[in-house]
Amino acid sequence: AGSGDVRTPLIPALRRQRQIEDIITKMQDDKTGGVPIRTVKSFLSKIPSVVTGTDVVQWLMKNLSIEDPVEAIHLGSLIAAQGYIFPISDHVLTMKDDGTFYRFQAPYFWPSNCWEPENTDYAIYLCKRTMQNKARLELADYEAENLARLQRAFARKWEFIFMQAEAQVKIDRKKDKTERKILDSQERAFWDVHRPVPGCVNTTEMDIRKCRRLKNPQKVKKSVYGVTEESQSQSPVHIPSQPIRKTTKDDIRKQITFLNAQIDRHCLKMSKVAESLIAYTEQYVEYDPFITPAEPSNPWISDDITLWDIEMSKEPSQQRVKRWGFSFDEILKDQVGRDQFLRFLESEFSSENLRFWLAVQDLKKQPLQDVANRVEEIWQEFLAPGAPSAINLDSHSYEITSQNVKDGGRYTFEDAQEHIYKLMKSDSYARFLRSSAYQDLLLAKKKGKSLAGKRLTGLMQSS
Amino acid sequence: MSELDQLRQEAEQLKNQIRDARKACAEATLSLRLHTTLTQGHLAKIYAMHWGTDSRLLVSASQDGKLIIWDSYTTNKVHSIPLYSFWVMTCEYAPSGNYLACDGLDNICSTYSLKTGEGNVHVSHELAGHTGYLSCFQFLDDNQIVTSSADTTCACGALKRASRQPPFTGHTGDVMSLSLAPNTRLFVSGACDASAKLWDVPKGMCRQTFTGHESDINGICFFPKNNAFATGSDDATCRLFDLRADQELMTYSHDNIICRITSVSFSKSGCLLLTGCLGVTDDGMVVATGSWDSFLKIWN
Repeated sequence: AGSGDVRTPLIPALRRQRQIEDIITKMQDDKTGGVPIRTVKSFLSKIPSVVTGTDVVQWLMKNLSIEDPVEAIHLGSLIAAQGYIFPISDHVLTMKDDGTFYRFQAPYFWPSNCWEPENTDYAIYLCKRTMQNKARLELADYEAENLARLQRAFARKWEFIFMQAEAQVKIDRKKDKTERKILDSQERAFWDVHRPVPGCVNTTEMDIRKCRRLKNPQKVKKSVYGVTEESQSQSPVHIPSQPIRKTTKDDIRKQITFLNAQIDRHCLKMSKVAESLIAYTEQYVEYDPFITPAEPSNPWISDDITLWDIEMSKEPSQQRVKRWGFSFDEILKDQVGRDQFLRFLESEFSSENLRFWLAVQDLKKQPLQDVANRVEEIWQEFLAPGAPSAINLDSHSYEITSQNVKDGGRYTFEDAQEHIYKLMKSDSYARFLRSSAYQDLLLAKKKGKSLAGKRLTGLMQSS
Repeated sequence: MSELDQLRQEAEQLKNQIRDARKACAEATLSLRLHTTLTQGHLAKIYAMHWGTDSRLLVSASQDGKLIIWDSYTTNKVHSIPLYSFWVMTCEYAPSGNYLACDGLDNICSTYSLKTGEGNVHVSHELAGHTGYLSCFQFLDDNQIVTSSADTTCACGALKRASRQPPFTGHTGDVMSLSLAPNTRLFVSGACDASAKLWDVPKGMCRQTFTGHESDINGICFFPKNNAFATGSDDATCRLFDLRADQELMTYSHDNIICRITSVSFSKSGCLLLTGCLGVTDDGMVVATGSWDSFLKIWN
């Protein structure tokens, strides 16, 4: 992104629509292996220009290299929901992998034409449907309700709407019978997108968070039926995004300072960084229930909550103990691990380090009114001359900390905490991992497993 | 040349230098495959959801004006909290399980205390100060919450004294999402200016900025280790950024993805990146998805 220049916002919806239109166009191209579009003979008449759901799904799988039919059906449904292809006998726009018939939408009605049809258009549409005596054009219940509501809302200009509807009926009558069947269904599909069946997601609705930004200033309000009328209400004015402040010298100076800091920053090579991320995922893959099934079983799948009971108990599983060895942070994160580590430190008479670290972590979470007191307590306990649990800080760190204590805030001991963290990590933690206490735990479950098993079965038998 | 122009020129030169330096570091490429898309059912609108740290309780906010806390395992509703406003855009659970936060179109973050003696849930605090709607927040602990807003700033507010540090400024577009780094007081934010920024809470400043996306960043999530994070954007791609390399590692996109990406979440090992409107539990066992069809689904 440039600095302070006005970025024309990309319209993601348009990009998406273009993508779908590419797919749809290819699908209809019989020269390059498109879906077979046929006229099907039905009971008393012919159904023109249809494709089956199965054909569409197959085509998607073949031409977009989709292996899983479920994914192809999902994609087909998304395309249908946008209104590019529709089932000829249903208002609900989804794709099914069977012999259901679908038709392609006319480019006139494509969403990329930026349609935002007004209720007057919808009223004209519903009205004209009632004028035509055809079973297939009968209004569905929700459409009848919509029409009633619109009649109430437009009571004063209903005559105008009625006239427009009549005019449309006249125009329609002039068209060829087969052509009319197709156009009627396409028109209905258009309204299924813009006035969906109650319960269906309206795909034309924008995320409210993005609404307030000026999306497409070129968009012109137009009527589906070419109705132009002065009294037609204007579309609500789009509130433009916050006016861009002119960049000042100060802004650019700040930017320069920031950029200088960026240049000076030592940055690692991508290969190293990638290796480190990959190493992390490889190490933790066995702890990822999405990839490695949890032992003894995933409670969400088996309905057996043994796993959670084990985790709640004070006896950690071997897998959990192993994890403490991955990094110092791992053992600090785990309550049971911390307890074990603390016990080990106590045996070495160096527990004040961990207790200090924990106290500082706790300090950071205190409500503001308690912070000053806690700072004082920590200082007295760990750092003041003659402190009962004196920790070992180098003089530089001690200086900084004693200065900070005067102002007593949440981050007073950050420097000291970091120092102690490094100390524990390189010294006590390393020894803990080699200690018999840890090693026993690591191997303990192998010995104790059969015992635990016996205990559980004992419980089950007695219940 | 005016001073302003001179400064501008200096800034441009620095940017070019940085670009070259980054290129020198970018000598490796990764390649990964797209995993399967999880299909979603569709009906009414859930705008936000979040897991509690116990990986069982989850809170969802819907446009019917309610916050519901579910025990996802038994599917029982634990609390149903009516809100003052129907326009909820995000909700959040405190790590302790004691508080819930949500926002409304009034630009205020309201926190609800869940563990009151009486058993009913009421508003405990309100954090005002933002001049745009709140897009996202996360509790640092029971007393502090980090918020991001459409007023292009983020802020860290203390609940009990309803005060806040000076806001984190720097983004030039609505900030849509934020993610706290595991174990530290850092967080990243993604905004409509197509950039992500790394912030230091104690120091109150921006440490790094990451560009690369072509459109609004809607969702952002830290990798389980705090060295990297992923973003999801309106440009229909997800990208992985690394803090140490100070740049984008790779882009995930696919021709078959035709929607904007609103939310991203990592599986426990960081092996999988899930996108949608969703959240992975802390224990990594399941992912919950919420949708405009009013259904929450739990997947694994």
